[in-house]
Amino acid sequence: MSGVWIAVVVASLGCYALKLAGLSVPAGWVEQPWVARVVDFVPAALLAALVAVQAVTSGNELVVDGRLAGLAVAALALALRAPFIVVLVLAGAAGALVHVLMG
Amino acid sequence: MPADRSRTVRDSVGLGLAVGLYGVAFGASADAAGLDAWQAMVLSALMFTGASQFALVGVLGAGGSPAAAVGSALLLGTRNTVYGVRMAPLLAPRGLLRRAGAAHWVIDETTAMAVAAPDRETGRLAFWATGASIYLGWNLMTLVGVLGASGLGGTAEAALDSVVPAAFLALLWPRLRAGFAEHAVQRRVAVGGAVVAVVLTPFVPPGVQVIAAAVAVALAGRPRREVPA
Repeated sequence: MSGVWIAVVVASLGCYALKLAGLSVPAGWVEQPWVARVVDFVPAALLAALVAVQAVTSGNELVVDGRLAGLAVAALALALRAPFIVVLVLAGAAGALVHVLMG
Repeated sequence: MPADRSRTVRDSVGLGLAVGLYGVAFGASADAAGLDAWQAMVLSALMFTGASQFALVGVLGAGGSPAAAVGSALLLGTRNTVYGVRMAPLLAPRGLLRRAGAAHWVIDETTAMAVAAPDRETGRLAFWATGASIYLGWNLMTLVGVLGASGLGGTAEAALDSVVPAAFLALLWPRLRAGFAEHAVQRRVAVGGAVVAVVLTPFVPPGVQVIAAAVAVALAGRPRREVPA
């Protein structure tokens, strides 16, 4: 089994176990103030990290290319409350344009 | 009340269609990260929690190890545990089988719809209807996305590479918007997470910087004391 398949299966089972735990454990275990605090803010930290890693890194290097232009366009579109699909299409178009212009 | 019930079902179907668009984006991201159609489909069917799926393929696509990919998916999956605790009294699933089934659909959207419902009966209906509609739309559109993205040429691949960070930004955006609970603190944590990830990138194996970014949660500070009304 390849590493990717192992990651797919292990993470899927793990995420399911996290869901099942919520319906199964006594509420008091999870409703500690600091647990709620961490869970409320982990998505912001991780999603922002993923935005940065996907936009400006390649392996161990920082790389500036069309992805950053796409991200800037996406941020603008989101600020203007564009629908999700419009945001993605504009970001893709910006990335493709830079790719074509830079050769 | 029949009016409440039909509106709930209608809203659930609408949400399923909207989430389907994210499914296309996920399928395409999975392809861009080098996963095959089966792996993308297994993720949507079995993991069925969007942010974790995006994180898993994002880390793998960035050259991260399977362990780093699993770690970031699980960190984002902890949200669903808290949702489950909130939903347990409302769903009150009887028996192991029903609980196991209900658990699979405890995600952002089903929780939001169920909690917003005016009463317990409608809440349950909202949970099951939204779950079914999203499960169907998400899986179907993942297939569309992964098949559509495979076999793209150079320029289309550059476009797809730009779509992936934009999709993560779109997932993050609602948390930063005025109106979300403590959005100023969310913004601080998000900036912190991005900075930690970029600064660590040259020094750690790819993917590890994403998990390490969780330390930015410390910027949120201590839990607020409940203020007595």
